Parts: sequence; structure tokens; C-alpha cells
Amino acid sequence: MSDEKETSTRNTGTKTSRASILAAVRRAKPAPLPLPDPREPSRGKTSLSSESPDELVERFMDAVEAAAGSASMVDAAGVRARVSEVYPEASLAASVDGRWDFEDVRKVDASNVDVLVCAGMLGVAENGAVWVPESGMGLRAAPFLAQHLVLVVSRTEIVEDMHAAYDRIRIDEDGFGAFIAGPSKTADIEQSLVIGAHGPRSLLVLLVP
Amino acid sequence: MSHDFMELPVVDHAANAERFNADVERTTWHDESLWHIRGKRDRAAASVEGWEELRELASQIKSHMLSRLDHYLVQFERQAEANGVHVHWAADAAEHNRIVHAILERHGAQRIVKSKSMLTEECGLNPYLEQHGIEVVDTDLGERIVQLMEEPPSHLVTPAIHVRKEEIGALFHEKLGTDAGSIDPQYLTEAMRQNLRARFLDADGAVTGVNFGVAETGGFVVVTNEGNADLGVHLAPVHVACMGIEKLIPRADHLGVFLRLLARSATGQPLSIYTSHFHRPTPGRELHVVLVDNGRTNQLARPDFRESLKCIRCGACLNTCPVYRRSGGHSYGTTLSGPIGSILTPGLDLEKFANLPFASTLCGSCGDVCPVKIDIPRQLHTWRQVAARAGHLSRGKRLVMRWAGRIFGRPPWYRRTGRVLRSLLRLLPRKLLYGPHNAWGRARELPNVPRQSFGEWYEDNRGKG
Repeated sequence: MSDEKETSTRNTGTKTSRASILAAVRRAKPAPLPLPDPREPSRGKTSLSSESPDELVERFMDAVEAAAGSASMVDAAGVRARVSEVYPEASLAASVDGRWDFEDVRKVDASNVDVLVCAGMLGVAENGAVWVPESGMGLRAAPFLAQHLVLVVSRTEIVEDMHAAYDRIRIDEDGFGAFIAGPSKTADIEQSLVIGAHGPRSLLVLLVP
Repeated sequence: MSHDFMELPVVDHAANAERFNADVERTTWHDESLWHIRGKRDRAAASVEGWEELRELASQIKSHMLSRLDHYLVQFERQAEANGVHVHWAADAAEHNRIVHAILERHGAQRIVKSKSMLTEECGLNPYLEQHGIEVVDTDLGERIVQLMEEPPSHLVTPAIHVRKEEIGALFHEKLGTDAGSIDPQYLTEAMRQNLRARFLDADGAVTGVNFGVAETGGFVVVTNEGNADLGVHLAPVHVACMGIEKLIPRADHLGVFLRLLARSATGQPLSIYTSHFHRPTPGRELHVVLVDNGRTNQLARPDFRESLKCIRCGACLNTCPVYRRSGGHSYGTTLSGPIGSILTPGLDLEKFANLPFASTLCGSCGDVCPVKIDIPRQLHTWRQVAARAGHLSRGKRLVMRWAGRIFGRPPWYRRTGRVLRSLLRLLPRKLLYGPHNAWGRARELPNVPRQSFGEWYEDNRGKG
């Protein structure tokens, strides 16, 4: 794309529309209304604040299972063995930079990956979601292309709910990042739940110390 | 694409609903499917302590955003451009389509994969691109089904909610070569997975909608269960995200509020499977955001109706609406059907959609489930008044309303009319009472007629002395 062409697009319709839309908003908008603070007074708690770290982990694992994923605890050294055990037929298992002794996802054809193993930054107890920034994916498309996805999360990185999750992450730290909360699914045919719509057919969350 | 009914001059919801209702078994099935989703939504909402506070918070954040929309639009644009995202502004549907086409054309893109976007439906992007020789494949399973059927979506979250699996089986047999008579959802979904995977890998452009734009960071969030948006955008060299200007929220931590509400209200899930946050393009590729007005600033200028712009497109008001459930999305003749469509669409073309605010019993359930607390029933009622004042009521309704107004405004007339009607209801033969003029009596018995009104009874028993 040449810069010249880009400029010509911007200078035609879109530039006058920018001015006209902003002018229309200024004419139409109501008087300023206050912005409430999501932290005060109550932001919709999903749990008691007395919840212990172990209880949080348990609730997180239940939520992963409820979303048709599976969750289990392993030692950091046991990731490779657990993946082989759960996916014995996988002919290509990959990870970012070949971590945990898998193939490097950037050195293989990502569309042929059977099992992709990614590091998640944190898990959310209320919904079983795992935050995976781009740096944990290797390639942006990889976690969506793989037939099966494994997310490795530290047991100490489980937070209570989405508010706590957004307190901990910076959404623009990487160019892309996603909460992943289960295997790909659809219910578009008569509301029948089908796992493995376009993305991974299963999700395994491994909790490491 | 045959969006034929969109071109009709005036939408007659009642007539369309009658056609839908002709198939009693299908109507019952449709009703029950949606009520099932409503039930899941209720259980999910009940599981969150402080759900009502969360709704209130979401409502206030959106109200605040609308009151400073110009500020947040400029902030979003500045941040996004600093992130290397190209930002475009479209005053209307035509400009939106031209901009998207120009971007794709510059990239020589011919095979586009698109994830669900009600905005691009609203703008008619698919037919526009197809006219310009660009192939567009909708990749959400439900949207792909209705695209292959050459129909518009009938529901903003589950586009093919009106289609039976037997019909999908026959459609896939014809279009994808699945086994004749196979209707197993697992099998049919797998067939589409295989078919679309090749298209994802082959696509040279991707178009998505936007669930939330974050002014503070200049990024945006797209939510799917299937992973189709991500497969599309991460494989194609250019990603165009189309976003209504009202989709902004001020800050990143507000996402926690809205995401906790969205999926629970939509499908009863605690969170959609994929909540993707886009801030910068993949190195060597391009990321574009098109900000679209298309009537939104007009709606913002209407104090009675501007709250409708807070909608986060969860579909809860459709799932709960007794009229939507029994008339189907297509009967509304709009991109957005159901209660939310009935308050947003008359603002685009009052004459054409004057009928829609009447497609409601005003039972209030839509307002009760709305995660951002839009006062939908009040707006439906107010739109009725606007439509009446503008002369858009049918002749029959106008006549009845005029006479009702006169009678209700004059107590002696009211008492006399009551006496006459009570006698007539007792004396007239059934055949006459339940004639074609009596729409209410088509499926219901009229109430039993008391001998006297409460006023008369009071006069007789308590009034004297």
C-alpha cells in the first residue's frame, strides 16, 4: 500500500465525515453525566472475600470443566508427560520456543499442529478463563488453528473475577491478547451444543505450582 | 442475497407474524428454543452476587460515555493511531461500504472471511462487496447457514435460530455434499469446520464487528464462541473492524463490568469462549477500524430514545419477549429485531417502521433483563405516541383510538357505552361476536360479562345515604 493512496482516502469522504460526525455528537449529546467507579460501592461479587487460594483454584477448575474444558494439576516438569498422556495420538505437539520440550510452533506449519501448549498469564475463578497475551501464543493464529489447546497457568495466578483480572493485566501490553474460556463451541444448530466449531476441539488447563 | 422484504415500503409486523404462526408446530418450537436460552440467562444472572449493582454500573458507564461521546471518539482515534491502527469515519452505510471496499481493493483482496457483525448487516456490506466482485464468506456457523439460505439473520446472537436441523441437513447436502438425510448437529458442524478451514487459510482479507472499543487504550474487543473471528483476522493480511460509534467505553477496567454481563445475558455462559483484545496489527499486516454513525447521532439527539444506544447486543430482550418468540425475527423486517430493534429502527425511518413499537404487549420483561437497563417498554410506548402524532397509524387503529379517547374522556359516555356493550356481549349471537373484526377472540374467549359495572354496584350497595 502506498502512503499517497492512503492520504487520498483520508482526505475525501472520511475527513469531512469525521468533522460532521463529531459536530453532530456535540449538538446531540446530553449534559455531562458522572462516571461511576467500577470498584465502588459494590461491583457484583461472585465470591466471599474470605476465599482461600486453594478454594479459588478449586472454583477455577470447576469453571473450566463447566465450559467443557478439563483442568488438572501437574509439576512444571510434568507438563510434557501429561500432554502425551492426554493426547497419545498427537503427531505434532508444539509450544512457543519449544518450551517443555515440544516443537517450536514458529518453526512448523501452524495449521498442522495437533496440540499447542501455551503459557497463560492468569486464570479467572468465576468463569474458567485464562488470559493469554500474544507473547504466550508464538503466532496469533496458533491457539485458534491447533486441533487441541493446552494452557499452562500457575496455581498462584488465579484471581477471583474479571474485575480482578483487569486490575492485574495491561490489555495493550502486547498487540493482541485473549481470554480463552473453553474449547471452541457452537450451538447454532437447534441449540445443540457442539464442541470443536472452528477452533480447538478440546482445552486442557494445566495448573503448575 | 435476497433481502427482499427489506425493500418493502412499510413493514407490517402483524401480517408477517401471522404467516409465521401459520406453522403452529414450528412456532411452538421457536418459542421454546428461545425460552430455554432465557432460562439459562436467569440461572447465570442469579449466580452473580450483586448482579443488579453490576447492571446499574454498566448503565451509568454507558450513559456517561454517551454524554461525552465526542471526547471518547477523539481519544480512541488518537490512541488507535498511535498504536499503528488506521481509523476511518463513515457518516452512513454507503460511506462505510465504500471505505471497506477501498481498503480491500488496495490489498487486492478477493476472498473475504467475515465474523458476525450486525453493523455490516445494517449497512448491507455483503451485497455491496459482491457487486464489486469480492467474495464474502460469513464464518459464524449460524450466519453461514442463513447466508447459504440467502436469508438475513433472524436473531442478533443466534442468526439461524428459526431454522430446523432437517433444513440445515438438506442445505448442507446441497452446498457441502454432506450425506442426504444426515441431520446430526455434530456431523453438520464438522462438515462446515472442514469447509471453512480451507477458506480461512485461503482468505486475503478479514472483516469483523466490534463488541467494545476502549477509548483509553485505542483498542477493541471481539467476542466469539467458535473462534471464527480470530481464525479469520490472524490469517489474513488485512483486518477491517467495523464499529458503531456507540460501542465505546472509557477505560480498560470497564471491560470487567460489561463482559461479566454480556455472555450471561446472551447465552447464560459466564464468559464467551474467546474474548479477543486487539491493539496493534501483526507486524507487516494492517489493522483498520471504521467508525460508523449511520443514524446514531440522530438517535443521540432524541432525549426520549438516546438510551437505546447503550445496547451491547446480547439479545436477552429478544429471548424473553413473548411477541418475538412467537413471531420470529424476520417478521420485524429489520436487521435488529425484537424489542431493541423496535426502539432503534423507527429512528432510521419512522414511516417504514412505525408498526414495530406496536409489536409488543408492553409486559416489561425486556426492560427487566436488559444488562444495561435500557427502559425499553417506556421507549416502545413513547414511539407509539410519536408514530400516532406523525399520522402513521392504520385507519382502523386511528378510528378506534379517536373514539376510545372521546369515550374515556367523558364519564357519562363511558358509563353509557359500558352498559350498551355489556348487553350486546350477552345478547348477540356468538357468530357475530367472534366475527373477523374480533382479532382478540380468534384464539381466546371474551371475558364473562358481569350484570353491572363496579360503579353501578357501588351506587346500589354503598352509595345510598
